Amino acid sequence: MRPFEYASPRTEAEAVEMLSAHDGQTAVLSGGTDLMTLLKRDVIQPKRVVDIKNIDSLKGITRTDDGVLVGSLATLEDALDSPLLAEHHSVLQIIDAHRAIQIQQNGTLIGDLCQLPQCWYFRNGYGLLALQNGASLIESGDNRYHAVFGNSGPAKFVNSSRFAPSMIAFGAKVRVAGPGPQDEEFLPLEYFFVTPRNEKNGVNVLKPGQFITHVWLPTVAPNVKSASYEVLEMNGLDRPQAAASVALQMEGSTVREAKIVMGHVAPTPWVAHEAGKAIAGLAVTDESASTVADVAVARATPLSMNEYKVQMARTAVKRALLRAVEKV
Amino acid sequence: MSGRVVNWRNSGLIGEDTQRLDGRDKASGAAKYTYDINPEGTLYAKLLTCTHAKAKITRLDVEPAKAIKGVHTVYLFKKEGDDCNWDGELVAAVAAETADIAEDGVRAIKVSYEVGKHFVDEDDLDGALAAERTKDLVDKTDGDPDEAIKSAAAVHEGYYGINTISHMCLEPHGAHVKWNEGGDGPKVVAHHSTQAVSTTGPQFAQGFGLDASDVRVICNYIGGGFGSKFAADVWGLAATQMSKDTGRPVRLMLDRPTELKTPGTRPSGFGKVTVAADEDGKVVAWKSHHWGTNGPQGGTIDGNQMPYVFSFENQAVKSTGIKTDCGPNRAWRAPNHPQLCAITDAALTDLAAKLDMDPVELYRVNIDEGAVDRFAKNKVAVYEAELDRAVDLMEWEDKWHTPGEGDGPIKKGVGVALHRWGGRAGASTCTVKVHPDGGAEVFLGSQDLGTGTRTVIAMVLADTLGLPLDRVKVHIGSNAYPQANPSGGSITVGGVSGPVRRAALDALWQIFDKVAEKYGVPGDDLDAFGGRIWHDHKEVCRWEEACRLLGTMTLETSGKGPANDGLTDQLVGGVQMADVSVDTETGIVTINKMVAVQDCGTIINPMTARSQVTGGLIMGIAYALSEERIMDNQTGRYINADLENYKLPRIGDVGELVVDMYQPESEFARGVVGLGEPPVISTGAAISNAVFNAIGVRVPVLPLTPKRVLDALAAAKA
Repeated sequence: MRPFEYASPRTEAEAVEMLSAHDGQTAVLSGGTDLMTLLKRDVIQPKRVVDIKNIDSLKGITRTDDGVLVGSLATLEDALDSPLLAEHHSVLQIIDAHRAIQIQQNGTLIGDLCQLPQCWYFRNGYGLLALQNGASLIESGDNRYHAVFGNSGPAKFVNSSRFAPSMIAFGAKVRVAGPGPQDEEFLPLEYFFVTPRNEKNGVNVLKPGQFITHVWLPTVAPNVKSASYEVLEMNGLDRPQAAASVALQMEGSTVREAKIVMGHVAPTPWVAHEAGKAIAGLAVTDESASTVADVAVARATPLSMNEYKVQMARTAVKRALLRAVEKV
Repeated sequence: MSGRVVNWRNSGLIGEDTQRLDGRDKASGAAKYTYDINPEGTLYAKLLTCTHAKAKITRLDVEPAKAIKGVHTVYLFKKEGDDCNWDGELVAAVAAETADIAEDGVRAIKVSYEVGKHFVDEDDLDGALAAERTKDLVDKTDGDPDEAIKSAAAVHEGYYGINTISHMCLEPHGAHVKWNEGGDGPKVVAHHSTQAVSTTGPQFAQGFGLDASDVRVICNYIGGGFGSKFAADVWGLAATQMSKDTGRPVRLMLDRPTELKTPGTRPSGFGKVTVAADEDGKVVAWKSHHWGTNGPQGGTIDGNQMPYVFSFENQAVKSTGIKTDCGPNRAWRAPNHPQLCAITDAALTDLAAKLDMDPVELYRVNIDEGAVDRFAKNKVAVYEAELDRAVDLMEWEDKWHTPGEGDGPIKKGVGVALHRWGGRAGASTCTVKVHPDGGAEVFLGSQDLGTGTRTVIAMVLADTLGLPLDRVKVHIGSNAYPQANPSGGSITVGGVSGPVRRAALDALWQIFDKVAEKYGVPGDDLDAFGGRIWHDHKEVCRWEEACRLLGTMTLETSGKGPANDGLTDQLVGGVQMADVSVDTETGIVTINKMVAVQDCGTIINPMTARSQVTGGLIMGIAYALSEERIMDNQTGRYINADLENYKLPRIGDVGELVVDMYQPESEFARGVVGLGEPPVISTGAAISNAVFNAIGVRVPVLPLTPKRVLDALAAAKA
């Protein structure tokens, strides 16, 4: 690991100030489950690592008038134990699917939102877009784990976040602090992620000196059903090859409104708007779930080696829908 | 042990479940592996490796590394102008006060390459032919397969394969070396993660003006080798040179990506098979052409052993090696066999399907016919018995169905495969010491790969002398001791147990002579049991009293092996069955249950024997379902050389593992046969066949990843 400055702020304002140094060539450390790997493999070279673990305002999971505020130091285990999240089934299912107790104990929900892509070209030092002489290594290389949506530009990786689809389906917002010491804003999580057009763009909207302090999740109304389904090859530590989360507003057994979000299929979490519309007005059955899953993947644009991921995404959508109404 | 005969009978410990002696030390961390050796003053070494598949080094300037404070020396594996032949080949090593400083040093080295055109696709035979990268290896014909095919009742043509995998030792390759100037001890003390403590010494000596007597090699515990840790290796020699240059001990363990890329892989094998049978399922013809790579050398799996286990009257086999710019191969647990089995047994199951036949039935027909190769010739009865036991344990008759039958989306299926292995005892010697106070110990330059060798040696010594296990001491893991075979080829348990038995018997009989003289009992009709000496079921004296008769001098005996005295034997069979579920909507294969029926002659420690087979099954499940080296054609690099994307199963992935050690009297009477490799051989084929049974579609290449399963299902639909 390269040497770096280590900073340990006590307040959000201090954190923002410390993150703003070195033209923003800084990194936030909370659980460290991704950052440490990135540093050890020399994929990123921050000049300063800002450890936010001593900022009290970032700890814990608290109630607000209309929802729940999850601090950026809240671990997966904290979330699992919190009565405030007991109705956010689709989120809890993802925690459960992490399986590895080490990640559950150290990893944070907000850290998950900020993970960099697992793309093996990126992790082997070829950059986020893996362009060589202007051409994409991924397009003609081994793209089995890469994007099947949103991949017409130079970005072919898939977003690594496992929690984003479920949170976006609920309509989550992130609270971003910085770049000014007192600056803060709430932003829909759906618009937090971006698809980079060049190597200088990041994978989210954060500018130098900004970081996520909290994520806000609305209270789950009694008529809302939610579920996630991740296609995981292994039972131990593994990453989904496709995933989907749904949040359904029910009227009796009929879906009134639905938000369906796929994960690990595009450079950002991928909202399946048309599928969401397609299920509205219907009951969730094997047939309707199947049809809607077909709609969700109808516009997929697989690369040379990942046609199979379209089938996986289809299955994830179908099974998430059925799981929401407890049919699987 | 009445009467002075050499055998395994009338024993107290042999055949008893016995926990590993070092289990607690390993679990608690008290056991020190090479990786753990870190005495004060140790310098850490880190490696610069090539990041191209094919390149010439045009610039290699290490001065900036040397200029870093804390860097003590830089060792060059390559120089300017040299070629690099795979991603991960070693270029230089930097030794420094800390690992981080050594990494700084590696990054400071100025290296440039002239990058050449690479070829890394191990399955692309046409491309390899066009690029003139092939080697014709085997082309042999017995009988007239083409003629036999014409009149066959069923003919099946198929394509099969299995990708290259890495050894993935949890403890990477490497050594901690201390060069000593002056003093009485050895010049070089090498803590070395090795399967061969007795034979690597000369390699450390060579090139340093030393001889083997100057080198001490030590390895008390090793975190995996699987056939890849027999040599001092260039990194061991680099550590030696750097220790000599700096006067400090140097620790050089490979980093994880390098561990996957460089110190060994298992060659790939792909092949086209045509196999034909008469209406009873008797195979009348076999034709195969297979290819694959073992890296730059251009070898593949051994065509001379194809078809595997079986041998048919009419058969033609061709094999072609492909020279790739990939890391080189080393022996991997049962070299050749898992790949040969994966191709042969998949083709036989597909042939059975053509005949609407249960594959177990097809095996039985051909085994009964004696259509097996020269190694399996004497195992016909064993295979028949093992198939019967496996059928029962798997409840095969209830589970097997016409391939593909059943409703989705989760489909179940069962598969079968069988294997063989040698396992002859290796050459070893040992010294047994019995002290006048009754203490007993044994010395031999063997090593415990984690399989229980240390425990087996203790069991044999204690059993022979009639002592409890905790009364004997075992000294292995150093070349200061009498030499023992390197541990590879399943030759160790026979290699060590025979000599220890003989040496211990020799000592015991000398003590019996003294007891006979002192107590007036017949010396050749005594027993040692429970810490006492017995004659005709009556106690003669306690063990300590008997040993006191030695006077002041310790009794030393030595044992040698192998010998043709019935203590050891060779050749084993083995049958495995798999029960899987296939999720046809995600392509995920889940292991429900595995059955392994395994013979290995006399079993000294059934617990570690079963454990060995269980480990084989888990390793087999790994290469069957998820484990593969992925070479990127674009960059020529080993793109998944990390524990994130090189996927290995965890406990939750392996299902129920049923191990049945087949040891009827006929097996016990054979003597000890090695067990290391056989249980990993037929696992892959059995799982592949189970997936076929489940979905009715052959997923041709191992590992059977979700992608491959879905791709095969989609292709079958199209």
